[in-house]
Amino acid sequence: MSETAFGRPGVTGATHQDQEDEAVRRAQEERLIEVWKAPKGWRYWSAVNNTEVGIWYTATAFAFLLFAGVLGLMIRVQLAIPDNDFLSASFYNQVYTLHGTVMMFLFAVPIFEAVAIVILPQMLGARDLPFPRLSAFGYWCFLIGGVFVTGSIFFDAAPASGWFMYPPLTTQERFTPGYGPDIWLLGLSFIEVASIAAAVELIVGTLKCRPPGMRLNLMPLYAWYVLVVAGMILFAFPPLIAGDILFELERLFGWPFFDPERGGDPMLWQHLFWIFGHPEVYIVFLPAIALLAMIVPTFARRPILGYSWIVLAAVGTGFLSFGLWVHHMFTTGLPAISLGFFSAASEAVAIPTGVQIFVFLATLLTGRVIYRVPMLFVSGALAIFVLGGLTGVMVALAPFDWQAHDTYFVVGHLHYVLIGGMLFPVVAGIYYFWPMLSGRKLSDGLGKIAFWLMFVGFNVAFLPMHWSGLMGMPRRIWTYPAELRLEIPNLISSVGAFVFAAGFLVVVFDVLRPSRHLPRAERNVWNAGTLEWLAETEDKGWGVRSIPLVTTRYPLWEQPNFMEDVDMGRFYMPDAEEMQRETMVTGVLDATPEQCLRVPGPTFMTMWAAIFLGAVFIFATFHWWLATIAAMVLATAAILVWLWRGTAIIPEKPDKDVGRGLTLPLYLSGPKSVGWWAMFITMVGDGTAFLSLVFGYFFFFTIHENFPPAGVEGPGLVWPLIALALFAGGWIAARLALRINRAGSVGMARALMGGGAMLALGGGAALVWAPYVTGLDPVTHVYPATVWVLVIWTAVHGAVGALMLGYCLARSLAGRLTPVYDIDIANVALYWHFLAATALITVATIALFPLAV
Amino acid sequence: MNTDRQTRDNLWTLITPPTVWALHFLVSYVLAAYACAPNVQVFETIGGARIAIAGVTLVALILIGAVFRRALHEWRTEGGSGFHNDEDSGAGRERFLEFSTVLLAALSFVSVLFVALPVLINADCR
Repeated sequence: MSETAFGRPGVTGATHQDQEDEAVRRAQEERLIEVWKAPKGWRYWSAVNNTEVGIWYTATAFAFLLFAGVLGLMIRVQLAIPDNDFLSASFYNQVYTLHGTVMMFLFAVPIFEAVAIVILPQMLGARDLPFPRLSAFGYWCFLIGGVFVTGSIFFDAAPASGWFMYPPLTTQERFTPGYGPDIWLLGLSFIEVASIAAAVELIVGTLKCRPPGMRLNLMPLYAWYVLVVAGMILFAFPPLIAGDILFELERLFGWPFFDPERGGDPMLWQHLFWIFGHPEVYIVFLPAIALLAMIVPTFARRPILGYSWIVLAAVGTGFLSFGLWVHHMFTTGLPAISLGFFSAASEAVAIPTGVQIFVFLATLLTGRVIYRVPMLFVSGALAIFVLGGLTGVMVALAPFDWQAHDTYFVVGHLHYVLIGGMLFPVVAGIYYFWPMLSGRKLSDGLGKIAFWLMFVGFNVAFLPMHWSGLMGMPRRIWTYPAELRLEIPNLISSVGAFVFAAGFLVVVFDVLRPSRHLPRAERNVWNAGTLEWLAETEDKGWGVRSIPLVTTRYPLWEQPNFMEDVDMGRFYMPDAEEMQRETMVTGVLDATPEQCLRVPGPTFMTMWAAIFLGAVFIFATFHWWLATIAAMVLATAAILVWLWRGTAIIPEKPDKDVGRGLTLPLYLSGPKSVGWWAMFITMVGDGTAFLSLVFGYFFFFTIHENFPPAGVEGPGLVWPLIALALFAGGWIAARLALRINRAGSVGMARALMGGGAMLALGGGAALVWAPYVTGLDPVTHVYPATVWVLVIWTAVHGAVGALMLGYCLARSLAGRLTPVYDIDIANVALYWHFLAATALITVATIALFPLAV
Repeated sequence: MNTDRQTRDNLWTLITPPTVWALHFLVSYVLAAYACAPNVQVFETIGGARIAIAGVTLVALILIGAVFRRALHEWRTEGGSGFHNDEDSGAGRERFLEFSTVLLAALSFVSVLFVALPVLINADCR
């Protein structure tokens, strides 16, 4: 690798400025502060910078945690004594359902995204993540969806069937009247949009926004975990979205996907839910362990021992966790051989999980450990998590699980795993990172009190649940008679729960108490080695003064004079000459500088897009169809305005001097641009959802003697093939438009964009026409319903493809898309690869596959 | 240092072994589920599916073994003794990826064996 990829050694600052001149530096600092400052007054809420959005995100997630914690305490009050009627049975159902749902969907997963949005850019020495507006959009989606779901309990309308919503209990009006399941499904589908948005942002951020020189082997371990977890979200959440679509179609329109009387099967929901649900446990757990991987070396005063082993553990767990889902379904009567596969994989996942625990222990044993409050919580986390892991190995054995399934033993197990593996590390992270965020340390004394209350309270609350579970107490039970001798373990649990809650309230108090009179913490207060500790105690908004050149894993420990060089702006991009927000894009393997990326600033458009999209889901819940359609149009318009104004902006000059003798382009398109990566990653997630629907088709094929059922005519061959030909035409047009535009024939390219859009619409119409003209009625049987759902999915994607080409055409006509500056059409052409594959698979499944069998 | 004949490791080569594990898992599960569907005659033996899974297992083990050998060999010839892979050079990054691939291949190999075990003891669809 040539040295010039990183600029010229010895040169500091831009070539036309003297970086060592203090006046120059002060002018640079003023410009940077001006460019990166958060908006004032009510416009503050238009901020998109990672520090603002990340803090909102974290605070909101904690608010939901406290809400769900109160629900948890209500459960414990209800169960404290036998034959209690503190809560009515039906309200109790709402309480435990929301407790689980909120903890998992509104705290555990979002807190990962929230914390990562705050600290990842700092850790990577980046000014911001590549798509700040996408983060803001995700946040607003999360807030709206979360308030919608949690608010339902105040109207006695909350979902009441457990956090995994098993049909037929939830699909049939006679069992679950009202809107509860719809609120659950639509509210959470909407939040899943936010999760996938965050995943896209974090993957691109980790791969493309590392500081120059931070090769893969020098990345902070936190970044490795973020990469793995964001990748998991991409494959775990879409199956649930697919499941939600089927579920809502059954609830709203009576399409019988889960109704055995009309050929459906409730097992399909269980599969789709747990293909999501089990990886989710690791999506929750790994980012928390990632915090430990940052905290442990700091307090052991040494680099982590066994960096590669942690990478093994993160990647290995990420994969294995997708082979565990049926261990939630051991009692559903699947063949023993199938259970065996999942039982074996569930045991195997203990290997990488154990490896990371041993890496932490080895690092601590070989270091000189300083015991501070964050380390207390780390030790507590490890102790509790190991216990939860051991009971996990027990319930992974099918015969044991048959005894313990749906008892309080499982409740005890899952709380040990989640609180030990997630909540304790997150609290450790709060104590550790708080000085970086607020400039002040949290109280050591209060921290110790909080820890001991939480640690003791937790064990007192949840250890007896193993006992009551083995005595036969079922989970989710409303109350129990005194004769069962369950009152002692339950009373102990309830007392422990309140002690635990008291400990957590101490943490909350410590965070919220006024602290302006307290002295500021010194910079890098724990004497850590990684880049996030460059942060100054008085936040300047710019992230880092200059983007550093990294050559070690712990630059603050191992690179001489590092902090001073950063502060003096001797590294890259010490200035904001054009008064634009900028960050650096680098290569995936070795982080060689590739681009100076202009990132967009504050806007309300993301909030409007989230509000309108939220309205779509909320109106659909209450079957207000006209309002739903209107909101859909508005949401699309908001997103288009956001894209039109804020993306693929043509810069005033092709490149700029970023300092150290390095000149970088301001605009890149195709595989080198971050937008292309975002499209690719989004479409991988989208493709996973589509394949989950296809899985549904073949699932029904395997469980039925005849599928399609005898005497039912399928969608025929003619119209599906016409549709496929039209989609293929659209695909060719989109690909050619990219090439021809790049070659300079703008007029021809415009014609192809317009023509491609028409072909896409035609293809979608032909595809929908096929089952319509053969009279397939989706209400009668699961076969036509499955065909219809695939057809509609593909047609909607065709319409989106048409819209995208139309957008490119408009951009071209407006002079915002040129042969040189062609991000839009490059990304749309990439989308069309996925669309063409979707059309091909749909037609092959619904029209060709029945002929082959 | 002769790097020309070596594989240039990247994130895709890193995740090859666990991807093979995932495909092996999926194929094994589908073969068994298909053989047992619609799960009515649970006492009928499924010898064919078991042999097929054994074959798939063998293929998966050979593939993972090959990745393991390749990565281990390249790691060693690049002087990959000791566990220092935080060097700031292309070779350092390469060694890190190779060693991590070795670890992942070992984990995947064991996990494939784990997943194949039920085939030894389950002869039918009970």
